[in-house]
Amino acid sequence: MSTLYGMLLTDVRFVEGLNACMNCGVCTAICPAAEFYNYDPRKLLNQVQLKDESIIEELLKSETIWYCGQCMSCKTRCPRGNTPAFVVQALRKLSVKLGFFVESEKGRQQFAIKRTVGENILKYGYCVHPEAVAPSMHPEQGPVWQWVHENAPSVMERLGASYQKQEAGTLRKIAIEDLDELQSIFDVTGGTEMFETIEKYSAQQAEKMKLEFNDQTPNEYFFNVYTEDNHNHQRNL
Amino acid sequence: MNSQNPLHTESRWRKYQKEIADDHYYYARSCIRQNFFPGSERAFLKIMREELNKDIFDDPRHTTCTGIAYHSDIVPQETTSTVIARHFALMTEMGYQNLAISCVTSFGLYTELLETWKHFPEEETKIHEMLWKATKREFVKPKNLAHSSDIFFHNREQIAAKSQFNLINQKTGESLKVVEHIGCHYAKIFPEKGVGGAEFPYVLAGMVESWGGNVVDYPERRHCCGFGFRNYLVMANRGYSVANSKKKFESMKPYEPDFIVANCPGCSMFMDRWQYTIAEMEGTTYGKNGYGIPVLTYEEMAGLVLGYNPWDLGLQMHQVSVEPLLDKMGIPYNPDEKYKVKRNVALPLKPEILMV
Ligand code: SF4
Ligand code: SF4
Repeated sequence: MSTLYGMLLTDVRFVEGLNACMNCGVCTAICPAAEFYNYDPRKLLNQVQLKDESIIEELLKSETIWYCGQCMSCKTRCPRGNTPAFVVQALRKLSVKLGFFVESEKGRQQFAIKRTVGENILKYGYCVHPEAVAPSMHPEQGPVWQWVHENAPSVMERLGASYQKQEAGTLRKIAIEDLDELQSIFDVTGGTEMFETIEKYSAQQAEKMKLEFNDQTPNEYFFNVYTEDNHNHQRNL
Repeated sequence: MNSQNPLHTESRWRKYQKEIADDHYYYARSCIRQNFFPGSERAFLKIMREELNKDIFDDPRHTTCTGIAYHSDIVPQETTSTVIARHFALMTEMGYQNLAISCVTSFGLYTELLETWKHFPEEETKIHEMLWKATKREFVKPKNLAHSSDIFFHNREQIAAKSQFNLINQKTGESLKVVEHIGCHYAKIFPEKGVGGAEFPYVLAGMVESWGGNVVDYPERRHCCGFGFRNYLVMANRGYSVANSKKKFESMKPYEPDFIVANCPGCSMFMDRWQYTIAEMEGTTYGKNGYGIPVLTYEEMAGLVLGYNPWDLGLQMHQVSVEPLLDKMGIPYNPDEKYKVKRNVALPLKPEILMV
């Protein structure tokens, strides 16, 4: 199936997530993203169920689909058994696949997440790692975290962790064979392809925006997508 | 009336109970808990083995489940499912059937995977094939999924029987006022898989009550901490994250809680760090005398109750000082030991506003 709606239907999350929305707005009432951003999951589900290709394409290129915080509060509450968060996941996946994500400020951020959390997974075997939470990129972590980050081996040793050691235990070094298995899973299941897609379209977008782009993190494009805020995202502002 | 019939109430309450395996667990560690609360995972294993005499296997081959990447939409569902299936395979190879999961995000995903396979059996076949192709491993689905807090809940009276300290203010004799936060993915995705469901959060409340404390039921009790995955991971979006935590702090403040206990490692970290951020940004603090409200993981709470040294538990890694709570509980501690490590290192700097 080559329609956008048809492509969405190949994602089980989409099938699970959208039965028939009756526009009651319960999801919007409980949604923390709707409270903060110019975002309305009720409207989103209704737009999608119209099956109008041009509306779906517009959504895939929009800021709208990137606001959801995936808290899943909507899943508990929808009286029709819909899960707006699942529909959002399917829309985001398709937006990345088709390269539409670089057309919105919030969508472009996928590149920063891929370069940080994504690469941590294959490098360390963890989504986050003490070396990777740099205080310069995480000022909100405060001075105690800075102390931990700068003295990680000593602090972790004090707490009986297996930091940087190849043995069982907290924060152990993941063995190369296990990292190889992760890489192999990424290759077989489409994870590697998704990373490459994010890289490809981001490189093209960087060129359009005349920003430096290379294998180093951070680079100029990374900084741009990681920090840029046009201040048009919030409600009542 | 039916609702006043205790038997009826009991049968209704049963809907909110879950089956929690009694022994022999394979431990699924958490990226965030290990990173920010390494002492908690260590304490969990110690309590399981030494206090509760349980068998729990800690496997060096276990990795991230990719959950943070999954919910920020940089990896496909098949990738996350196959990484989790690999964990099932490692568990199977070691002869275990019960999982003890240290992370609420992982717990939600492991549960979602098993539920999805019920509705879409072809997805399970696909993941078996993908895992085989990628790793030559095979798996049997776990019999029981417990979040690691479920297991403490299950054994809360045994822990109470060994307690050295209670959740009681030693000066006034009154129960401490505790805010609990179970984390969205613990019960909002599959309410029947969490103790008390999404409506009657009881996994932490049960521990608090058994150990002498009182749970504060405040308006925003069930609101998200604000992690929001991409809404925290990218600097430009962090206003979302801090705004949600602030909403909770404002709502709990009038009840003057003595501490917050959280189920999810992410929530624990955010509720600690955002209090610092809000103090430095706008001068607001939520505890007494310019301090914050201490935030504990349930392992830390159990460890304190059992009389473990606060600095062995890793409470020095919190930005909000825990000393006001230790003083109330009458727990002795040596301030000079707090930041002591083997090498001689400088102490952490002090925040400008938040008292520490
Ligand atoms: S709660 Fe469900 S039915 Fe109501 S608007 Fe939201 S998705 Fe539609
Ligand atoms: S999962 Fe997303 S859409 Fe659903 S309530 Fe949370 S933020 Fe809103």
